[in-house]
Amino acid sequence: MYPLRWMPRLTLLAMLGPVVAGLLGALAPAFGWMPAIGAQRLGFQAFESVLNWPGFATATRLSLTTGLLSTGISLGIVALIVAGWNGTRAFEALRRLLSPLLSIPHAAAAFGLAFLIMPSGWILRLLSPWATGFERPPDWLVVQDPWGLALVAGLVVKEVPFLLLMTLAALPQTQESKARAVSAALGYSKIRGWLITVFPQIYDQIRLPVYVVLAYAMTVVDVALILGPTTPSTLSVQILKWIGQPDLSFRLWAAAGGIIQLLLVIGALGVWRLGEIALGRWARRQVVQGHRGRFDKTLQVAGLTLGAFIAGAVLFGLLSLALWSVAGLWRFPDLLPDALTWRTWQRHGGNLTELFARTSFIAGTSAALALALSLACLEAEARFGMKNATRTLWLLYVPLLVPQTVFLPGLQTGMIAAGVVGGTGAVILAHLVFVLPYVFLSLSDPFRALDPRYAVIAQALGKGENAVFWRLRVPLLLTPILTAFAVGFAVSVGQYLATLLPGAGRVSTLTTEALALASGGDRRAIGAFGLMQTFAPIVPFVFAVFVPRLIYRNRRGLLNG
Amino acid sequence: MDRGLSLKEVEIFKSGYRLLGCDQEIAPGEVLTVMGPSGVGKSTLLSFIIGTLGSDFDAKGEVWLDGRNITQTPPRERRVGILFQEDLLFAHLSVAQNLAFGLTSKVKTRKDRKERITQALSEIGLEGFANRDPATLSGGQKARVSLMRMLLSEPCALLLDEPFSRLDAALRAQMRSLVFDTARARALPVVMVTHDKEDAKAAGGALMEIVPT
Repeated sequence: MYPLRWMPRLTLLAMLGPVVAGLLGALAPAFGWMPAIGAQRLGFQAFESVLNWPGFATATRLSLTTGLLSTGISLGIVALIVAGWNGTRAFEALRRLLSPLLSIPHAAAAFGLAFLIMPSGWILRLLSPWATGFERPPDWLVVQDPWGLALVAGLVVKEVPFLLLMTLAALPQTQESKARAVSAALGYSKIRGWLITVFPQIYDQIRLPVYVVLAYAMTVVDVALILGPTTPSTLSVQILKWIGQPDLSFRLWAAAGGIIQLLLVIGALGVWRLGEIALGRWARRQVVQGHRGRFDKTLQVAGLTLGAFIAGAVLFGLLSLALWSVAGLWRFPDLLPDALTWRTWQRHGGNLTELFARTSFIAGTSAALALALSLACLEAEARFGMKNATRTLWLLYVPLLVPQTVFLPGLQTGMIAAGVVGGTGAVILAHLVFVLPYVFLSLSDPFRALDPRYAVIAQALGKGENAVFWRLRVPLLLTPILTAFAVGFAVSVGQYLATLLPGAGRVSTLTTEALALASGGDRRAIGAFGLMQTFAPIVPFVFAVFVPRLIYRNRRGLLNG
Repeated sequence: MDRGLSLKEVEIFKSGYRLLGCDQEIAPGEVLTVMGPSGVGKSTLLSFIIGTLGSDFDAKGEVWLDGRNITQTPPRERRVGILFQEDLLFAHLSVAQNLAFGLTSKVKTRKDRKERITQALSEIGLEGFANRDPATLSGGQKARVSLMRMLLSEPCALLLDEPFSRLDAALRAQMRSLVFDTARARALPVVMVTHDKEDAKAAGGALMEIVPT
């Protein structure tokens, strides 16, 4: 009984301990203290070196622009889609297309997108030679363009499904249909009416997820390695390059770069917040004018088109990964390969099986740990009436807001200093930091929504609290529990930096190996690895859908409600 | 041994201010009806009797049941049954499993338990419903299963939290007499919270009105 009381604290420790330790582990070397490599002179030398690095201004600008741009565009597209279409059949169809995209690892989606838009990709193949006249792929820098636009696109296709899901979760707390009816009756256009009456309430609730998207987009490593510019790259990729230098003194640079990146993220969040306020003021002045809104149809069509475009980009991207993995000779501008062959799968089959098993083991373990901790926290909350929900909610977002490029290298430094050798255990614990918030967020709403009177009834029938948990809560919440596990599993599969650094490069998963292929340009191998990476998280989601249907096939109350 | 349920100088406070007071004795088979507008804390009194009062409440006084002081007893050992407005059948269990969840552990062997449940089903006119999904029952059938589930745990007292308000008029009269007749037959003291005057009339016992403070 008593250990349960400690679970919320243990959970916070598992989630925030590594972040705090990693931050401390980054601060020391940033200021010149890293005895392991003989650096014991405190000062600002590392910061000076980073600031004087010739690529610094560009890398910083890239991190800022790609982060702000991708977040703004994603939020705008989500608002347009929901404003213009929520409640329609088209919206349902789009939602069904977009929500599975959430489980696809960022890297796989980025590879797929690259395979579509690169000069020898599917889009140009479709248009060549009849429209473009190209017999050979043009010498364009579409992927890894110096402005980072491909990187922005790669982020947008993954963040739109995420923000859409968050928006849909927030909608029931607004009186959307009434607001729509009133603004329509007053003659407002569909989109303008929604933006004025519903969006502010939504935004209040999805503010933290939006900040997470911004922080993530500014510091992402894997997508930037695939789609981002190279000379110079974004600051986060540059930090990784410094870590990988054989000359260990670059570790100090990496730590200083990480701290600068943290400040940059804080600054960008501040800018975003100011932007919110300014936009709010401007919008309030607009509302007073009473304009009813124009271009409603155009905007609606634009929203739906963009949404369909995103779904199409990811799905056709995955299709082209699949096709490349079985392609024989495939010349430009042929739309399809000359022949299909299993050669790629045969060559990498053994390795892929091993990686799939290890990836699944790490993901399964970290998701199971996260699930156990989350359930214990929620059960403690229900049993002891611990009402600290609002305070801890903020803390859940901390690991998602602090840039990985700061605390993960710091954590690795700390582990080296403590003499801990990187291994699977360290990787699982590092994954737990990112898996826990998502599992908890996914589980907490259904858990808290369960009628508390079930527990009262059971106790009145002479059953103890453990019986209430195991015989009522768990079976009644089977679907949300399996879904939360699947969400955690997917988050773990997608982790790149959190695998690479705590594993000291010795623990390889589908994601680290796929990224290792990124610079090589072996499209067939990338296709196979990307596809396996996409496939891994789908398995638990399939379980989450079909296991309850099988167990509860005669229980209408659980399948429909 | 004093049979029945007595609430001795009970007072319930929420964040320091007094919600309600109650000093009543309910003899076996009798009904105390508690009335008052919604939000005055009628259900809070029931939570206190059953032992699930939230941590944001404070309470004084004692609850005695059949000569035992149960004020500090954990809810599962109080032997106080409760029925709510909703049937709250467990959606993942069949009708028979719902009843088995309630059936007292004093009935030991698998065979005896099964027999007892079959018998219980026929008592409420639901022979052959053992393996049914509760979601497929009618409102009246659900209410009867819910009542029987509670009775099978052999409670010593019965609490009713607006138990008939969701049923339509014909069913309501039927369920009322079923519940009150059962309580009388088993000599159970009953506390009923309601805002329906008809309920109070049918119960026929003492009436306590809670007024907002």
